[in-house]
Amino acid sequence: MRKLTLWLPLALFAFFAGLAAYMLTQEKDQFVESTMIGQPLPEFALQPAFDGLPGASKADFTGKPKLLNIWASWCLPCIAEAPQLEALQKQGVEIIGIAIRDKPEDVAGFLAKYGNPYTRVGSDKISEVQLGIGSSGVPETFVIDAKGVIRYQHIGDVGADDVPVLLAELEKAQ
Amino acid sequence: MIRWMFAIVLTALALPLAAQDSMPPAPYAYNQLADPQLEAEASALMQTLRCLKCQSQSIADSDAPMAGDMRHQVRSRILAGESPDQIRRWLIARYGDYVSYEPEVSSTTWPLFAIPVLVILIVAGVLLRRLGKRRSDGDDAGAKA
Amino acid sequence: MIAEIGLAALWLAAALAVLQLVSGAASLRAVPGEANPLAIYTRPAAVVQAFLAVLAFLLLLRAFAVTDLSLKLVATNSHSMKPFIYKLTGTWGNHEGSMLLWVGVLAASGGLLAAFEKRLPERTMSATLAVQGFVALGFYAFLLLSSNPFERLPVPAVEGNGLNPLLQDIGLAIHPPTLYAGYVGLSVAFSLAMGALMTSEVNPAFARVMRPWVLGAWVLLTLGITAGSYWAYYELGWGGWWFWDPVENASLMPWLAATALMHSVSVLAARDALRTWTIMLGVLAFSMSMLGTFLVRSGVLTSVHAFAVDPERGAFILGLLGLYIGGAFTIFALRAGAVAEGKRFAVTSREGALVFNNVMLSAILAIVLLGTLYPLLTEAFDVRVSVGPPYFNPAGAIFAIPMLLVMAVGPLLRWKSDKPTRIQFELLLIAALVIGVIALVSFFGQFPLLPLLGLGLAAALAVAAVLPLRGRKLVRVPLSTWGMVVAHFGIAVSLFGMACEGAFSQERLAAVSPGGTEQISDFAVTLEAVTPIAGPNWTAMEARLAVRQNGGEPVILTPQARSFWSPPQSTSESALLTKWNGQLYAVIGNQAEDGRWQIRIWWKPFVTFIWYGGLLIGLGGILAIAGRVRVDLKRRSATARGTQRRADVEALGAAAPQPAE
Repeated sequence: MRKLTLWLPLALFAFFAGLAAYMLTQEKDQFVESTMIGQPLPEFALQPAFDGLPGASKADFTGKPKLLNIWASWCLPCIAEAPQLEALQKQGVEIIGIAIRDKPEDVAGFLAKYGNPYTRVGSDKISEVQLGIGSSGVPETFVIDAKGVIRYQHIGDVGADDVPVLLAELEKAQ
Repeated sequence: MIRWMFAIVLTALALPLAAQDSMPPAPYAYNQLADPQLEAEASALMQTLRCLKCQSQSIADSDAPMAGDMRHQVRSRILAGESPDQIRRWLIARYGDYVSYEPEVSSTTWPLFAIPVLVILIVAGVLLRRLGKRRSDGDDAGAKA
Repeated sequence: MIAEIGLAALWLAAALAVLQLVSGAASLRAVPGEANPLAIYTRPAAVVQAFLAVLAFLLLLRAFAVTDLSLKLVATNSHSMKPFIYKLTGTWGNHEGSMLLWVGVLAASGGLLAAFEKRLPERTMSATLAVQGFVALGFYAFLLLSSNPFERLPVPAVEGNGLNPLLQDIGLAIHPPTLYAGYVGLSVAFSLAMGALMTSEVNPAFARVMRPWVLGAWVLLTLGITAGSYWAYYELGWGGWWFWDPVENASLMPWLAATALMHSVSVLAARDALRTWTIMLGVLAFSMSMLGTFLVRSGVLTSVHAFAVDPERGAFILGLLGLYIGGAFTIFALRAGAVAEGKRFAVTSREGALVFNNVMLSAILAIVLLGTLYPLLTEAFDVRVSVGPPYFNPAGAIFAIPMLLVMAVGPLLRWKSDKPTRIQFELLLIAALVIGVIALVSFFGQFPLLPLLGLGLAAALAVAAVLPLRGRKLVRVPLSTWGMVVAHFGIAVSLFGMACEGAFSQERLAAVSPGGTEQISDFAVTLEAVTPIAGPNWTAMEARLAVRQNGGEPVILTPQARSFWSPPQSTSESALLTKWNGQLYAVIGNQAEDGRWQIRIWWKPFVTFIWYGGLLIGLGGILAIAGRVRVDLKRRSATARGTQRRADVEALGAAAPQPAE
């Protein structure tokens, strides 16, 4: 018994060392994923983020699967993803934007400069909807099916490789 | 060694000078509730919710805009009559256990509670073996000495 | 050229560490009575190595002092415009420099051990120095192969990147080197424990050699954590003093292990009990400091530790960890069975109380370790969880409360065996104080449970701490006993501060326009003006706050929101008003669109006692060291006199009287 107990520290340490070694090889996951996948969108109705387009509400997510893009004019990666969003829009995807903590003039300026892929942009001045769907940063893109259920979350800017993924997810959400 | 290293990053995460929005913070981000009792409840809750942008701070301690918006949610929900527990659950439903510094017993966190119980048992066992046994033979050992 | 000399010194030191290891190992294998030709090099190698490693550190210090921008490390971490003192402290404000500081202190303590420690049997000493050389060798390899501090840039930089503004603070000058020295002190304890285990010399003589190192390391850790906690309190600007962040826990765990070790080594020295346990703790304490280094520098735990996070370095440290700790635990498992059980004792005895508290400290250590590492475990399964104060506080308290109660009683007990009835009065007094204070405080309002218990325990502990002095002539009480009294009293003081901070803190957040006044506790705080000011490498918005207590004379506080330009970062400089019974803590935030300024004020009653207590604990440790060293010196001179007399007697030849058989 005593003999065995003496090996216990080594066993515990070996367990830790193995775990730590495994974790060192793993890519560090920086993102907090939403646990709302499979859940319906919360009720919300946001004012238009600028004069050009209507605002956004839960009721807008009907008819077909759509993308919900959380973004902001002050967010640098949002500039990077603008061409990809535009490409998605050209392929007939409807993208509804929610601008986080943003001013109408900034939103208008951003869209004029980097293109406007949205059909609607709601203004979320206090991150209410963002928190409501479990998004933890900008930009993030969600796939919402025709019943208003969140089906997929993409964290970070949409790169060229992510476009087919999003299209496939939209297809799956049919 | 260590706290200064930890600090380095906190600033890096909390206050990068670029890419900051210019909007005023949400009403209850930096304002307390008028009722001290409710504010105490809200404040206690905020101490135990994790800022999602900064990763190792509670939302009470963070100047990140999103932490401000979360504080606003907490205070306005408390004001609307929700209990701190309901609010915590609401956030956990959205962000998982990560958002709460107060782990609850679940399929992923049970060892956090089982192991301390085990430690108590081990401690009791060790003490009984090292001390309890001595009581009986301690006396005659003392007598022999 | 200077940098190359530094690098050469490091390589040479590494070579000497090899010699120290080989020579130490050779003397272990030597046949008793026969000198191994290699064995004589152990001590000189350690001493010269110490000199070289310290030299390398001093050369790096010089490079930072003159801002030698041809060095990559200086260019990435310093700036010519930085105040001189922060140029110097910047030397260890980065990964490579701090590792160099670490090995410098490691080598220096190895050198001290080799040069001055003559009490141990030579075989044990050689084994110890071999282990010490082996440990040092790993860190030299780490520095030279993956973190060379003396790396040159192909083209010298025009200007440096600067040091993180949070680190440009006097707290940084004190906190990390103190903690490092503490960790390294534990490495000596580790080497001694391994040396004693390998040569089967686990006995009181060995414990007496180990004790000053453990005490010294423990004092440094205590002071380092205290300084770090205060620094974070005023520098991070959230009014908190302990966050249970993994990095903080990484410094707490070695302290817990060292505290247990310190008590256990005293039992071994005084009573020849707890042999295996002391060895185990010696290994554990150093393991915890290595583990801390790994957690902080590998970045496995949370993305928060962006500093020096490098999986490759992490892998290197993990390798060292596996080598030393894995090796030590293996030797422990193989050899500890051979260590004979020490002297026995009854439950109600000084040893009994110390064993109880040792077990409790270890349990707290287990809880902190579990809470810190658990998120790592779940992340392996792609689940992220957070473990924070609501877990650590109650889970730790389960063990801390019984520990504190026993700590109050333990010093009153006699060694070996005692009767509880003998200290009836003291027991009743302690119980009455705990219950009385809790009842009294609850009478005035509703407070959380843990702070309430803390207040009761603090009062009882403060009284219990001085009870061992009762009925003794104060001038004749040994210094080391004074050390214990002061340190235990410090625990009470610190606990009192923590409990008060937890129970009575008040916070006021408000948007204030210049001229506006906010009330907190009995302080009226008026925002007089907000003005832009400039420092050597920053600009700031500075608020002038006039604080009046009960309508008295105003005191001006000037919290700042600073913007540094290299690197571009902003910090919040808090302003503190320290009273004997607490601190007023003020921070200025942003300006709202309507022109009002966001201010945040706390009144924290007796919060300063947390750190006063920490200082007292450290002072207690210093007194204990002084006491032990004095006794040791006396013993040495007595032995020397004895030898002298014997020699004299011998010189007198047959005329000497024969001692009676």
